[in-house]
Amino acid sequence: MAEVIHGIDEIRVVPKEELLLAVMTLKNENRRLAQACAAYVNGLVEVSYTFADDEAYQLVHLRVVINPDDSIPSITPFFPIAVFYENEMSELYGLRIDMMEGIDYHGRLYRIEKEAPFRPEVKK
Amino acid sequence: MAKVKKSPWLLHYDGSSCNGCDIEVLASLTPVYDAERFGIENTGDPMQADIFLVTGGVNTQNRDVVRQLYEQMPNPKVVVAVGVCACTGGVFKDCYNILGGVDKVIPVDIYVPGCAARPQAIIDGLVKAIDLFEKRANEWETSLKGVKKGE
Amino acid sequence: MNGSSTVNKTRTVVPFGPQHPVLPEPVHLDLVIEDERVIEAIPNIGFIHRGLEGLVEKKDFQEMTYVVERTCGICSFQHGMGYVEAVEHIMNVETPDRARHLRTIWSELGRLHSHLLWLGLLADGFGFESLFYECWRIREHILDLHEMTTGGRLIFSVNTVGGVLKDMTPEMLRKILDTLDEVARDVRVVEKTFLYDYTVQSRLKGVGVLTKQQAHDLGCCGPFARASGIACDMRKLGYDAYPYLDFEPITSNDGDSYARCYVRLMEVYQSIDIIRQVIGRIPEGDIAVPVKGFPNGEYFNRVEQPRGEAYYYVKASGKKTLDRLRIRTPTFANLAGLTETLKGAEIGDVPLLILTIDPCISCTER
Repeated sequence: MAEVIHGIDEIRVVPKEELLLAVMTLKNENRRLAQACAAYVNGLVEVSYTFADDEAYQLVHLRVVINPDDSIPSITPFFPIAVFYENEMSELYGLRIDMMEGIDYHGRLYRIEKEAPFRPEVKK
Repeated sequence: MAKVKKSPWLLHYDGSSCNGCDIEVLASLTPVYDAERFGIENTGDPMQADIFLVTGGVNTQNRDVVRQLYEQMPNPKVVVAVGVCACTGGVFKDCYNILGGVDKVIPVDIYVPGCAARPQAIIDGLVKAIDLFEKRANEWETSLKGVKKGE
Repeated sequence: MNGSSTVNKTRTVVPFGPQHPVLPEPVHLDLVIEDERVIEAIPNIGFIHRGLEGLVEKKDFQEMTYVVERTCGICSFQHGMGYVEAVEHIMNVETPDRARHLRTIWSELGRLHSHLLWLGLLADGFGFESLFYECWRIREHILDLHEMTTGGRLIFSVNTVGGVLKDMTPEMLRKILDTLDEVARDVRVVEKTFLYDYTVQSRLKGVGVLTKQQAHDLGCCGPFARASGIACDMRKLGYDAYPYLDFEPITSNDGDSYARCYVRLMEVYQSIDIIRQVIGRIPEGDIAVPVKGFPNGEYFNRVEQPRGEAYYYVKASGKKTLDRLRIRTPTFANLAGLTETLKGAEIGDVPLLILTIDPCISCTER
């Protein structure tokens, strides 16, 4: 019978200002950026970044809750591959992301006509 | 289907399908189902294609691509919509980015239902397309002759 | 695109796709090339973008199962499975043991068919057409098993919150074992060509090398990462019947296209072995439990798909419809690895390298 390795996943809610510090800590733990996504909940945006530890099969979700009109710092200085996730969030969810390093597609990664289709209240 | 005079070439384009119909189209061309026995050949070049086979619905992005591919094909031509998404939009009909079936953009001659369309259904649709193509080719030829006589 | 074409005069930007003969699906890449070498590759997606995550507002959580299954026609079953397991976790539903075993059989059959499909496409990619046909012929056996057990060849729709909708009879299990013996025998034949043929080796060995560190930094997953030496397989998380089975992630340390081919070939045997183990210990019992009420909570579920780990984030607040559904598919994660392997590649190898990540564009764009 195979050994089951399953660490307990945790969700850490951090304020926007401490996001980069928390990301840096996780980077130093040699974690892998697994995904990032945004969700609109009660008029606020929950941005979740998931960092995976491949040896312990454990996840840490960093969550930042912001106003839809606020901007969020980019984590690309630590995880360059976040460009895809961040471009996706800014295109589909209309999130404003500051200081994106690498390729900023400016709304051209998904070539869609509608701006921020998954952003609920803003009907443009 | 009677004797086939022409051997029509096939152009396959994946609209916004989920892949299911696409691999079934490919599977119907491989030896197990072997649609090539009807003289069909899969080509990647619209300029040489006679039958345009579209899978998946049309979205705002590929609308122009589908139309352009259709216009690049020489006359006469036949369009086959494979799968329920290409026919009506299917399960994704309510998605914000889906305009609907392929017939929103180009005229469709043959609709093949199914999710994912089975190879048998695809071959059935192709056989119908070959017949239609033959008929159109004959009409096209006679119309050309008529022009020549008229000169 | 990013201004690099103006820096050096010899650089050109070659658009690749969306409609390209080697790709069954449309994807667009801007290749910045210098002579025959690719300097940079900028992916551009959105041709198959449907926005199915937005459908959560319109359909209830049970109906969404069918939509999620149609994210991709190749790994359709596992998409549905990942989603319903996330919902089950939120609703604290204990799925019957038999349903968990059946799910494992179907997901491994899905892996088999997906890997054989990929091997065929790879053979087509390097111009070995008879090998392509042979792989697809073997794959048809698996599709016949799908059809026998569920009625569908690619999209089954047998998942439901609380279990599965169809059961397998002992004759079906017997038939699966017999067919798998045949498949294993046939794959042994093509294996020789894939691994030891001189021309195949010359196309694959040393092409598109990705080191272990690079694969980790770029967040790669699945067979693509395992070919670079990362022993990461989500089946080890122990969902479904996997905790009772004996298997180890298959890895290779070369990180080139040949290693990716090797890893997927070996996973074909691994999947056959896993199905045999499951059939050997499948318990009797119910296949589904009734589910009452609506989900309330959130959960990140991850499953190992043929292409790698997929994430399903479900957030619900006790309503009929879900608040948010997020699907992160393996190809989206491997996109960064693809652009890295394309750097420095020859332009003739580009179609082959795109194939080696086993791209599933309709998954990626959803």
